[in-house]
Amino acid sequence: MGVEGIGARVVRKEDKRFITGKGRYVDDIKLVGMTHAHFVRSPHAHAKVKKIDSSAALDMPGVVAVLTGQQLVDDKVGNLICGWAITSKDGSPMKMGAWPAMAPETVRFVGQAVAVVIADSKNLARDAAEAVVVDYEELPAVADVHAAIKSGAPQLHPEAPGNQVYDWVIGDEGATDAAFAKAANVVKLDVTNNRLAPNAMEPRAAIADYDAAEEHFTLYTTSQNPHVARLVLSAFYNIAPEHKLRVIAPDVGGGFGSKIFIYPEEMVALWASKKVGRPVKWTGDRTEAFLTDAHGRDHVTHAEMAFDANNKITGLKVKTYANFGAYMSLFSSSVPTYLYATLLSGQYNIPAIHAEVVGVYTNTTPVDAYRGAGRPEASYLIERLMETAARQLKVDPAQLRRTNFITQFPHQTPVIMAYDTGDFNASLDAAMKAIDYAGFPARKAQAKAQGKLRGLGVSCYIEACGIAPSKAVGSLGAGVGLWESAEVRVNPVGTIEILTGSHSHGQGHETTFCQLVADRLGIPISQVSIVHGDTDKVQFGMGTYGSRSAAVGLTAILKAMEKMEAKAKKIAAHALEASEADIVIENGEFKVTGTDKAIALPMVALAAYTAHNLPEGMEPGLKESAFYDPTNFTFPAGAYICELEVDPGTGKTSFVNFVAADDFGRLINPMIVEGQVHGGLVQGIGQALLEHAIYDANGQPVTASFMDYAMPRAEDVPSFNLSHTTTLCPGNPLGIKGCGEAGAIGASAAVINAITDAIGKNNLEMPATPDRVWRTIHAA
Amino acid sequence: MYKTTYHRASSVDEAISLFGKSSEAKFLAGGQTLLPVMKQRLASPSDVIDLGKIKELQGVELSGDVLTIKAATTYYDIMTNADVKKVIPAIAHLTSVLGDPAVRYRGTIGGSIANNDPAADFPAALVALAATVKTNKRSISADDFFKGLFTTALEDGEIITAVSFPIPAKAGYEKMRHPASRFALTGVFVAQAKSGEVRVAATGASQSGVMRVGAIEAALKANWSPSAIDGVSISANGLLADIHGTAEYRANLVKVMAQRAVAAAG
Ligand SMILES: Cc1cc2nc3c(=O)[nH]c(=O)nc-3n(C[C@H](O)[C@H](O)[C@H](O)COP(=O)(O)OP(=O)(O)OC[C@H]3O[C@@H](n4cnc5c(N)ncnc54)[C@H](O)[C@@H]3O)c2cc1C
Repeated sequence: MGVEGIGARVVRKEDKRFITGKGRYVDDIKLVGMTHAHFVRSPHAHAKVKKIDSSAALDMPGVVAVLTGQQLVDDKVGNLICGWAITSKDGSPMKMGAWPAMAPETVRFVGQAVAVVIADSKNLARDAAEAVVVDYEELPAVADVHAAIKSGAPQLHPEAPGNQVYDWVIGDEGATDAAFAKAANVVKLDVTNNRLAPNAMEPRAAIADYDAAEEHFTLYTTSQNPHVARLVLSAFYNIAPEHKLRVIAPDVGGGFGSKIFIYPEEMVALWASKKVGRPVKWTGDRTEAFLTDAHGRDHVTHAEMAFDANNKITGLKVKTYANFGAYMSLFSSSVPTYLYATLLSGQYNIPAIHAEVVGVYTNTTPVDAYRGAGRPEASYLIERLMETAARQLKVDPAQLRRTNFITQFPHQTPVIMAYDTGDFNASLDAAMKAIDYAGFPARKAQAKAQGKLRGLGVSCYIEACGIAPSKAVGSLGAGVGLWESAEVRVNPVGTIEILTGSHSHGQGHETTFCQLVADRLGIPISQVSIVHGDTDKVQFGMGTYGSRSAAVGLTAILKAMEKMEAKAKKIAAHALEASEADIVIENGEFKVTGTDKAIALPMVALAAYTAHNLPEGMEPGLKESAFYDPTNFTFPAGAYICELEVDPGTGKTSFVNFVAADDFGRLINPMIVEGQVHGGLVQGIGQALLEHAIYDANGQPVTASFMDYAMPRAEDVPSFNLSHTTTLCPGNPLGIKGCGEAGAIGASAAVINAITDAIGKNNLEMPATPDRVWRTIHAA
Repeated sequence: MYKTTYHRASSVDEAISLFGKSSEAKFLAGGQTLLPVMKQRLASPSDVIDLGKIKELQGVELSGDVLTIKAATTYYDIMTNADVKKVIPAIAHLTSVLGDPAVRYRGTIGGSIANNDPAADFPAALVALAATVKTNKRSISADDFFKGLFTTALEDGEIITAVSFPIPAKAGYEKMRHPASRFALTGVFVAQAKSGEVRVAATGASQSGVMRVGAIEAALKANWSPSAIDGVSISANGLLADIHGTAEYRANLVKVMAQRAVAAAG
């Protein structure tokens, strides 16, 4: 592997600029003549926009323009789209209302933009935005899913009667009913998966620059997938054809899914930059992030699990209501369906599953993919059910899981997914050993003597990553293919540039992707650089989300490397007067195997570019590209066990230990993998204990700042004990499964299982705040 | 932030005279409350008069049975002051659990009590210790100073110069932190004066700001020990309720925090 090859704990190349404040984020970019945008946003959750009076604002100093939703309509700018078509159980397509980038007629959530002020500075734009007078006629609003589907509830979109987007089903209802009819035991559970605000450290931002002479736009934006942004902006919004639109996503300070989607602000910035003839910058503030970044989760579910007399699961029934907020965001429709219900088999042999998912509009911020996207909701549900079942059936929770683990692979679940490989017993063994599972009862008794309630909670998660085979997702309604592309450019002096369609916004690609090259060629990573995030530089790409960058993006690089190496070997063989088959690559040299004849990579590269002496008929140059389309999802899995104490006087939870045993397939850089797991676990713990985006009954957000929305801090989380049990993924040549979301998927069930174990009551909603835990302890 | 004019005063007198000359001035101390409010455009003072660099408003003095903390002394300086740690360690502890490091390095005792947030920590210490607030004009007892949510006895343009604390026989402070802001979800300060008087003040609990808890005071007067409070029941009437804590939960915290504060006081 070498010191910088695959498997090495290489320090991150990108950290020098991040840690020294030299990163270049969208807001750091300043263009000549740049103007600043500030949006006028609705204070109401639901209202008619009767009149917008911009006259006072237009008279204010430094104001360049005030633009409204009606002008967007007049200019025929398209509405925002949802890119995954879902079909309801009655065969009808999902029912969606239009989402204009600024509302010309009706606002449907607090924070929705109705107008934008363009001015010479940010502060002047903000001053003038306060002078824009909007005459609203308030309408009744609804924020809660159950309230929204009641008859007589306020209606959001005429296209979606009853506020219902779809009523979708998966699985075999007849077989599931039959399993329940014969069940020895049935376990029932109601759970809410709390709504979360993503809160990337860097708020969203955009700079649009229109070049009138070339009729060309450049957009700098905080995107996880700049090519997809360009595709959508040009294909659907009528802003510019693709070759006249360059999208650059420079350093991006975290995304967690929220920066996948195309938002109103970047569309408006593009459109406005042409209208005012100057570059337009918009940088969101934290309040705007809370109000307008797509939220995550927000499910209400009833589930039942059937067991036979031997405690084997025979069936699973699930009914979920998913709150989509006021509009259907780019990939929202797929999250509670194909990214959620297809994982409901968990790590278990479940012969029959039936799930129904009702998608619902409410007067809240739109909801879309957030770290894990559907899979945390599925895993939380299944692992809460398993724990509930163990308590009800009076069996050890670890043993109940073992009784039901899938042990033969490949395994076809009843909900589409075909698991390729795994060893669920191995990860559970590792986690139980790490936490000293057997010693827990003694520790619990000891804690009790000190007045503390100690609990232990297990969570065995599985997820589907590396999205995804294009043909498969296409057949399920996706509007795009989910392959990845890469290009390898060997420069004439032998340094290498890797162009990738993946996008790093915290994942460390600039290091891990170089490690693959270092591994194959035996050169230091300092000779390799990674180019990403610019549609003018990189041919195409689908971006980074769903833990796909290593499994799909890196495999595309591998494919391009193989092509490049094949050509380089031909050049080396020609120069060394050897047979191509005898050439091996070692320590940056092309060697004739078994001899001391060798030619260094820079000499091969130089030969390729001077083209003085190439094999007959060979094109000059050393640059290859590849597209890679995966053949299956990948299936990271693992076992998390959490041990904690609850203070009965205050209901406060303190961690004693948290162990994670993950199977991610091959690890490129274990240090970066650990960082991903740490971050994911903290987000999972945040969901379990602290985070909740709350609306009152009228759709007013009550957690739109960090003074109210509780983010996890370092002191809120334990030091994690991580380990890996590896089965290599057979689906890609590197054997990679992906690690970006696992922590966020598996952690919350472990925490809630542990708290409910500690307090001896099974029903407890997230976030398990001290108040809620205390009330649960003392409830009759 | 709206346009404003910043002044750095070098003395209390200068600050007062600057205040008199401007239309809508605000004093600035640590800025941990005033600046966020200005950035959110919820306040738009014409002038901001910085008290932070005024020498006479800085520092801690110990004389006889009284500890005096000048108004513009930061939480960090209070927390690390040797005299504070020696004579009223409960105050050093209170500052150590106040906000986060950034807030502690900037925020001041004067700013805290002038603002009188119903969940701020210092008001509980002042009331339980029967402290005296000194201003450029007068002395005000803590009982008379705090007048409900965000309201104090201060007149327009009056500057707090210091707070004097009689040194107690015993004192303790325990706080359940608000999970997001780190203010007090509920905090209780218990003190036994050298005269034997017991005063207990809770913050973060009542809808009308810092409050004395008579039932706990009576129980502790009879028997200064955590178990003395076991039988006390606190009513949830008039207590705050929000997404982080119901009124019943806060009533429970008043009791539990008081017990722990007594244990900490020894
Ligand atoms: C993230 C965060 C967490 C916090 N957590 C806590 C917490 O846990 N506990 C807690 O108690 N507080 C907390 N605070 C509030 C913090 O203590 C504030 O600093 C305090 O309320 C005000 O003090 P300041 O010195 O910053 O005053 P400033 O913000 O400068 O001023 C506040 C007000 O007091 C007035 N003022 C200031 N000094 C004087 C004076 N000498 N005379 C007359 N008027 C004066 C000002 O005019 C202004 O109206 C927190 C704040 C933040 C931002």
